[in-house]
Amino acid sequence: MKRMLAGLPLVLAAILGAFFLWGLDPERDPNDIPSVLISHPVPEFALDPVPGLDVPGLATADLSGNPGPVVVNVFASWCVPCKAEHAVLSRFVERDGVRLLGINYKDKPEDALRWLAELGNPYSAIGSDLDGRAGIEWGISGVPETFIVGGDGTVLYRYVGPIVGEDAVAKFTLALQQAQGGLS
Amino acid sequence: MIPEIGHFSLALALALAIVQSVLPILGASRGNVVWMQSAQSSAMGQVVFVGLAFAALMRSFVVSDFTVLNVVENSHSLKPMLFKIAGTWGSHEGSLLLWVLILAVFGAGVALFGSNIPAATKARVLSVQAWISVGFLSFLLFTSNPFERVFPPPANGNDLNPLLQDVGLAMHPPLLYFGYVGFSIVFSFAVAALLEGRVDAAWARWVRPWTLAAWMSLTAGIALGSWWAYYELGWGGWWFWDPVENVSFMPWLMGTALLHSAIVTEKRDAFKSWTILLAILTFSLSLLGTFIVRSGLLTSVHAFAVDPERGLYILGLLGLSIGGSLALYAWRAPEMEGGGLFRPVSREAGLLLNNLILAAATGTVLFGTLYPLLLEALTGDKISVGPPFFNAAFVPMMLVLVLFMGIGPFLSWKRADIGGVLQRVRFVALLCLAATLMLWYVQTGAPVLAYVAVAAALWLLFATLREWALRIKLFDAPLSESARRARALPRASHGMTLAHAGLAVVILGMVGSSAWKSEEIAFVRPGDRIEIAGFEVLFEGVEKRRGPNYLADQGRLKVWRNGSYVTTLFPERRSYPVARSTTTESAIRSTLAGDLYASITEPASDTAAKGGAWTLRILYEPLVNLLWIGAGLLVLGGALSLSDRRLRVGAPRRARRPQPQPAE
Repeated sequence: MKRMLAGLPLVLAAILGAFFLWGLDPERDPNDIPSVLISHPVPEFALDPVPGLDVPGLATADLSGNPGPVVVNVFASWCVPCKAEHAVLSRFVERDGVRLLGINYKDKPEDALRWLAELGNPYSAIGSDLDGRAGIEWGISGVPETFIVGGDGTVLYRYVGPIVGEDAVAKFTLALQQAQGGLS
Repeated sequence: MIPEIGHFSLALALALAIVQSVLPILGASRGNVVWMQSAQSSAMGQVVFVGLAFAALMRSFVVSDFTVLNVVENSHSLKPMLFKIAGTWGSHEGSLLLWVLILAVFGAGVALFGSNIPAATKARVLSVQAWISVGFLSFLLFTSNPFERVFPPPANGNDLNPLLQDVGLAMHPPLLYFGYVGFSIVFSFAVAALLEGRVDAAWARWVRPWTLAAWMSLTAGIALGSWWAYYELGWGGWWFWDPVENVSFMPWLMGTALLHSAIVTEKRDAFKSWTILLAILTFSLSLLGTFIVRSGLLTSVHAFAVDPERGLYILGLLGLSIGGSLALYAWRAPEMEGGGLFRPVSREAGLLLNNLILAAATGTVLFGTLYPLLLEALTGDKISVGPPFFNAAFVPMMLVLVLFMGIGPFLSWKRADIGGVLQRVRFVALLCLAATLMLWYVQTGAPVLAYVAVAAALWLLFATLREWALRIKLFDAPLSESARRARALPRASHGMTLAHAGLAVVILGMVGSSAWKSEEIAFVRPGDRIEIAGFEVLFEGVEKRRGPNYLADQGRLKVWRNGSYVTTLFPERRSYPVARSTTTESAIRSTLAGDLYASITEPASDTAAKGGAWTLRILYEPLVNLLWIGAGLLVLGGALSLSDRRLRVGAPRRARRPQPQPAE
């Protein structure tokens, strides 16, 4: 018994070692968290507009048959990084003419209204996902998350977290350009 | 020429290490005194030659010798001198050289100061230390030569990562490595003891100063790293449960357990194989940290350039050292036990509980850190484990630990009188309860866990002070008598009081700055005002400023409280053209009560630079400075304990009880 106990650390270390050996495979990139949606059609969902807001709601049908790629952003007024990201997204809309669509995730309509009134509304359509069902369909891991959807309704790219800071903006811009280039 | 001297010195150090890894240990088993003695000079030689190599690399950085590849990649002629010097250990190669240097320093330390250690034991310890040296020196020389030249030399360098150009971070790796690598000598002692098949009170006393020294440096290193993250990353957080943070934290937790279990081995001749295992695991976790940071195995914000070949080499070293020592442990440990018996309520039992909780906490952090890797290997799913897991699993364990930590020092060896102890802490418990209720009354609105944590920290603080007061009969006897008793008390005992109180202070800082933090993010134009935590902040605008190797947008914020002017803050956003990256330099007004913390990030739109809106982030973090003060107390407590007479003199003190006999 005592012998087995004394050998236990060695066995555990050996098991961990085997995992490490596997993990060293140069093909593996731990930074890459893929989305199962990439190159699949957008999931089935239909969201009502945010009551009191002058833009329409969002549903699967709105995402296909567009002339070019569109950007779908999942946001909430309670999400602090979303506030920082808002400026970047607005700039994409104003400067590059990107068509930006929003999913307002688990957010009270009145809070969302106040938030958009204060910061401005760059979204041309916003679906109110009060119970978070659409969020599950989209497989989001948190807010904010941003997707690029091709004109035919195929999910092309997913960005997890706020698009804030030069690196993030450059990355997203590149993905956007690729999406636009691939269709024109 | 000088880089070649450095390179050659490394090769000489490797040759010496090879000799030292064989000759002394053979001498120890054959009783050949001359062979044993050779470790003395070869350990000194190693430190001289590795030191020479380190100095050579540092010189290349100081004079910006761009014929050396490492200098080109990590320095720039315009960089301030301090950061040129710090660039020496800013890269994978340079930091590994520092690693090896500290390894040699600890070996030489034992050779120099270990006069109280029997010759055979010392020879074995130094040989084992040399095994590690051989591994890492050859790793350095064969895969990561820091003296590689480039031809033709470029006109200037690529600059060190700007995030790392910071005073706090310049000192962070040396302290951290001193801690990490310092545990190597404890590991060597453990392996030597396993080879000899003998662990006794004297052994525990020999390793104690080294364990303490390493633990203190690691504590200071972690605190410094956390401080850096706090003011440099611009988020106002001080711990992110990032893999790289975790791998420095695990040896700390294990090392803390080791410090405590070694006390039992020293005083009561018990917990022997457990102490040995902890010594091996503590250094193993340090090695694991080195491996994870340099192999790109996990995703992290601060890792070195990834190279699978290097990863394989370190994994091989890990396999040899950890696998070898644990195999030796499995073989020899069952034969050594014995030692004092104790009752379920006793100081031994208290320290056992401490060890179990610390080990479980280490296991939790290890599991959380490696879980993404394990899951990906088994199912192919990729996930990341974030702070919620660690907070949910780790915090409750620490609360239990803290609860028992308050009582532990009251317990006597062998069997303790729990009734008497509870009676002595009854007042303390009431005091905590009252203080916490008062806090609840004044500061409602925080999560329940925050109040529990505050109560736990106060409990630890008061109970620790109470124990100390009882020992010196403070207020029970005339003050002169108390002072006499305080002087007579061993310094290790004062050290314990200070360190335990330090932990309580750290916890208060953690809770205050996370549960009672206020945060505002706003888009501001010059003239805009923001209110936060009773402060009124006026954004006056942003000016361009030019630094030695960067350009900065400097915001100007005037701060008032209750109508009276407090201070002006200058948060900056720096861009480094050479390294092509930007950093945020937050501006902090620091007081004991809390920090007002401001940082500016992105201009909110393209017109921002011309007087438009900026993203301003303002935080108020109450009590956050207690974190660094508490960490300072921890280190100070360690230092006091290290200066204890019994460690300095080495000879056992005249004790009331008979000296413990060697095991077996």
